[in-house]
Amino acid sequence: MKLLNYTTSYFAFLLLLIITVWALIFYWQMLDEIYDSMDDGLENQKMLVIQKAKKDPSILNKINFDDGYYTFRKVEKSDKILAHKDQYRDTTMYMLNEDDFEPVRLLESIFKHDDEYYKVKVITSMVEEDDLIEDLFYSILWLYIGMVVSILLLNNILLKKVWHPFYDLLQKLKNFNIESDQKMNYSETNIEEFKLLNQNVDRLLKKSREAYVSQKHFIENASHELQTPLAISINKLELLLESEHLDENDMRLLADGIQNLERLSKFNKSLLLLSKIENKQFENIEQLNINLILQEVIDSLKDLAELRGINIEFQQNEELFFKGNKDLMFILYMNLIKNAIIHSSKETAVIISLNKDFVSVKNEGEKALNSAVIFQRFYKQSGVTSSSGIGLALAKAIAVKYDLALDYKFKDAHIFTTKFPLHAKE
Amino acid sequence: MKILIVEDELQMLENIQQNLEKENYLVETAHNCKEAQEKIGVYNYDCILLDIGLPDGDGLSLLQYLKSQQLMEAVIIVSAKDSLDDKLKGLELGADDYLPKPFYMAELNARIKAVLRRRNFDGNNSISLGNTEIFPEERRVKIKSEEVELNRKEFDILMYLVANKERLVRKPSLAEHVWGDNIDQADSFEFIYSQIKNLRKKLKSHQSSLKIKAVYGVGYKLMVE
Repeated sequence: MKLLNYTTSYFAFLLLLIITVWALIFYWQMLDEIYDSMDDGLENQKMLVIQKAKKDPSILNKINFDDGYYTFRKVEKSDKILAHKDQYRDTTMYMLNEDDFEPVRLLESIFKHDDEYYKVKVITSMVEEDDLIEDLFYSILWLYIGMVVSILLLNNILLKKVWHPFYDLLQKLKNFNIESDQKMNYSETNIEEFKLLNQNVDRLLKKSREAYVSQKHFIENASHELQTPLAISINKLELLLESEHLDENDMRLLADGIQNLERLSKFNKSLLLLSKIENKQFENIEQLNINLILQEVIDSLKDLAELRGINIEFQQNEELFFKGNKDLMFILYMNLIKNAIIHSSKETAVIISLNKDFVSVKNEGEKALNSAVIFQRFYKQSGVTSSSGIGLALAKAIAVKYDLALDYKFKDAHIFTTKFPLHAKE
Repeated sequence: MKILIVEDELQMLENIQQNLEKENYLVETAHNCKEAQEKIGVYNYDCILLDIGLPDGDGLSLLQYLKSQQLMEAVIIVSAKDSLDDKLKGLELGADDYLPKPFYMAELNARIKAVLRRRNFDGNNSISLGNTEIFPEERRVKIKSEEVELNRKEFDILMYLVANKERLVRKPSLAEHVWGDNIDQADSFEFIYSQIKNLRKKLKSHQSSLKIKAVYGVGYKLMVE
């Protein structure tokens, strides 16, 4: 959930609570005020009616409301009557217009006229509470919705503006590439926290970049320094293997040693190559015919494919030219096609298709590889011990160097695609 | 045959020396330009293996000196830097071949033999091993005077093994020589086997006295019976 909406959701909840409580209090107070003024009105009417009765005693016989708002009833004098005080009551009465019983406010009072006691009842029509509650409820609902919407709008306009440096930083961090020397341009801000954030992020990135560079140098130096001792060790063992006074067992041990050193040496070479690519040490660039390069790679791998019973199918749909280093392009496709061959089962085909601006290498497979990690160094599919797990990392490094989009997807088959940038088409 | 190795890295120097001595060359060594210049002034060599990156000067100047003195030594330049510049400059100055470091000893053997062969015979040269005769320039092979058809890879393998006859030739070295520099990306060298198998079949069917022996999975050895 976005920060903006997160606060809004809290606001919405709080508002609901506050408005509900407020509505209850408001309703109670309003009702109280209504009753108060209604009762005042009733009392006034009572007095008017009593006055009227004194002038015109005939109305004292009106014992039903019918078309009036008052009734009189003669009562016997008693203690109870004498102690009687004005009484306000809520009651219901049939209303002709509504064809229903509606609430009315009723004032009951006793007064003395010509030594007779009369009970007078005055009514006034009252607020229909259910209607009031309903009205109130809807107004409050609209108020609530209106407030939430305006908060949302405000948030999105105002807060977005306020938080802009933050989101800007997020976006830049998303696009941050530790390998590129591109400078981070932090957006200007007057907000102290964001200033601090920018400063600290900058510091952190600088440190990571430094660590990354020194790590790269370390790998490069280490693999460079390992090269000669490895070559010499292998050569010495080779010479030893050629000597005549060894028995078969010794030779086997030596051969094992040599083979493992060879693997180490090959791995080391790949690491060195990777470092060289990343350090931009392949600047010998020429116009390349990708068709020819692919053909060359396929020729080199023909024996491997034959041995594994795999048929390489090369579909040249277009002619593709690209400016780059020949060795690197060769290594790129070597690795992609070799992988396809190695990971295919017997009697299947590896299909290489060359199109206007992309080359795809396809081989059959049962389930998709994890595309998030296959291009990482040292990623190995379990069970394949002979691979160093660096081939695809090499391919990726080369692709990145030349802005080729190297992607993997799975559609009943493994498909590796290198898409050439448009400007490369000449 | 006398060979001078000019190389400042002692371990490497010793390694090359041991290897070349196994090939029955007379090997002399020099660790820097000055030493090399002295030796060249006094003795004659058939081939000089020259490392370009020397502590007391550019190996290329030594090459220049050699050529200015009209000395006839064959020169193979060795350079740690895999740089096209060095290669072009060296060949321009009259070097016979260029070998980037790191290299395989078998490759060095093949290069030295090729250079010496080109120098010492004029066109008409063939290598005879038992009943088999190889014509490197024409890329032809005759067994018992009978022409044998070999494809490019088979011929390259045979030639490489012949240059290193009775020596162990490791698979990576063979693969790189025959299939190209970048073949080591191929993870395993099992594919060499199918070509070796075909070559063996052809040698056998013509009753060649050459035999390709596998050495414990490490590589192959050409034996002459």
